[in-house]
Amino acid sequence: MTGVAMADRTSREIFLAAFAELERRGAAGPVWLRELRRAAIARFAQRGLPTTRDEEWKYTSLTPLTALPLALAVDGAGAGLAEEAIAPFWVGPASWRRLVFVNGRYVAKLSAIRPVPGDARIGSLAEALITDAEIVRSHFSATAGEPADAFGALNTAFWQDGAFLQVPAGVSLEEPVQLLFVATTPEAARADHPRSLIVLGEGSSATLVETYFALDGNAYLTNAVTELVLASGAGVEHHKVVLESRGGFHVGRTRVRQSRDSRFASCSIVFGGRLVRNDVDAWLGGEGAECTLSGLSVIGGRQHADTHTVVDHAQPRATSRQLYKGVLDGRARGVFNGRVIVRPGAIGTDAHQTNKNLLLSDGVEVDSKPQLEIFADDVKCSHGAADGQLAEEAIFYLKSRGLDEAAARTLLTHGFANEVLGRIRVEPIRTWCERLLVARLHRGRVVEDEI
Amino acid sequence: MLSVRKLRAGVEGKEILRGIDLEVRPGEVHAVMGPNGSGKSTLAQVLAGHPGYVVTQGEVLYEGRDLLAMPPEERAREGVFLAFQYPVEIPGVANAEFLKAAFNEVRAHRGLEELDAMEFLALLKEKMNLVDMDPSFMSRPLNEGFSGGEKKRNEILQLAVLEPKLAILDETDSGLDIDALKTVATGINGLRRPDNAIILVTHYQRLLNYVTPDRVHVLSNGCIVKSGDKALALELEAKGYEWLEAEAEALPR
Repeated sequence: MTGVAMADRTSREIFLAAFAELERRGAAGPVWLRELRRAAIARFAQRGLPTTRDEEWKYTSLTPLTALPLALAVDGAGAGLAEEAIAPFWVGPASWRRLVFVNGRYVAKLSAIRPVPGDARIGSLAEALITDAEIVRSHFSATAGEPADAFGALNTAFWQDGAFLQVPAGVSLEEPVQLLFVATTPEAARADHPRSLIVLGEGSSATLVETYFALDGNAYLTNAVTELVLASGAGVEHHKVVLESRGGFHVGRTRVRQSRDSRFASCSIVFGGRLVRNDVDAWLGGEGAECTLSGLSVIGGRQHADTHTVVDHAQPRATSRQLYKGVLDGRARGVFNGRVIVRPGAIGTDAHQTNKNLLLSDGVEVDSKPQLEIFADDVKCSHGAADGQLAEEAIFYLKSRGLDEAAARTLLTHGFANEVLGRIRVEPIRTWCERLLVARLHRGRVVEDEI
Repeated sequence: MLSVRKLRAGVEGKEILRGIDLEVRPGEVHAVMGPNGSGKSTLAQVLAGHPGYVVTQGEVLYEGRDLLAMPPEERAREGVFLAFQYPVEIPGVANAEFLKAAFNEVRAHRGLEELDAMEFLALLKEKMNLVDMDPSFMSRPLNEGFSGGEKKRNEILQLAVLEPKLAILDETDSGLDIDALKTVATGINGLRRPDNAIILVTHYQRLLNYVTPDRVHVLSNGCIVKSGDKALALELEAKGYEWLEAEAEALPR
């Protein structure tokens, strides 16, 4: 199948045609899902892809994406990958469970899912549509009525597969589970829409690492949605590492729904990708919930990284902490929009948000915007933002100890980034991210991607 | 080891050092004293190569080489060390990580092999004992949240690890209580060797009760107005700086 530049026709028509093709091929799934997909594509059809006139996309232009000749095939070409090709992206010991998705499709022979304790379910979401139909259906239906943005709608309309993890009440998955999403586009540029569902029962816990990467430098779009549902007292440590190639467009949303006394910690790392839009939406729907969001992007060249967070305090005495940091070099562009909502009655809310950016060149641009919407009394809400260069006094201090300019800058930049990486509690994941960071910086500058 | 000749320097167009002459030989400890604003810290910063200071005249020879032509990192690798009056806080960089990076830079410059993590840790433990520092400081970010005294102690630890030939201590004694002062002094005395030299820049005489200088210089208004032995420091302690400032006024510019 040859691609058609979306600009030639409108992106809207192309996606609509692709959806008709998906239905014709019978890839829409069970009836209830087909209905959800139709409703989603109808919502998308009303407005199409966002432009910079949309407040939510004010600083992120999708023009380079719509200019791409995207083949919106739903087949999962590229399943013939060898394990060696993806092994460099494994985190931690080889014994950790891994789910591997190539072009949005689960590949069993590259995955490792030995039995999980306590009847926990782990595997492909497409398979779970059959094996765990009721759980999947109830969670999809619960969120179906929510207004979705264009990409969320496209994901619902087009998703073919993704990860499914269900941890029963009281069960702790001691070992982290890694989800690897590989794009391989040897022929035409493609768009994939992986969808993952993570369900934690009461008092259960799990650690996840989502990694997105490509094996070549061709253009593609990954439009991923990961939904997490945490019952009372559940705990999740979530990590998302975006290592897309220089041709990669990544639009991703992590959506978590938290019940009473649940704990969610998420760290998003953005190192690779031509354009990365990362949304984290947390709904604190239970008293005493704790939500800790952090993120680090290290970008150079003409990379663009846009982070949007929404932390919705819907119940009393929940705590949220956000720390997002960016390191920008070359002509990179960074965006941070952090919205905190405190609903009426959410008394005792404690919310804090920080965004800091380190500007390594004069050509970079950063737009940072906090949005606090407070409708309750007796709350603690604060935010802080700072953009700056490396301090000359600090560089001189390090030079006076024998480090040259590049070594001093590298060390200081690591120090800036370590405030985020240092929060990763699982040692092998932290070490892996630190190694990625070392490779990302060379002589005090952000390396431009080769693929 | 160090010859400063007719050195004039300033910052942002304002002249602060107005012709400094100073000779330091191996094995010597020199104290540079003087009131606030006399140029003591400027002298220390110029010797370390701070880019904010501009040398307008004069020369500095270090082991026969033109020190002022060397970038700050090369001075450090060649054995010049400045203990900062206000050590800089570096978030996110562990003290030990920084020390190892600096230590290995200096070693590589001297043609020595880098120490591996275990060897370096052993060395670090020994040096920390010398300055009576708690091991917890190793994993803490460099100087971040350290008290004034802890920062100064950390400077002496760096000094002990890097083993410079010429150490310049810029008001390392200021803000220290008597116990910390003694610890710092013990650290300094432990580093005295026939082949290295120390310049103590200080406002007060009290550090000199514990570290005996070979020479004492009084800086006033950017000039060394008087030099002598340790007795001069005691005289300053008793009489203050005013009588010397009056002498400085009378000096030709």
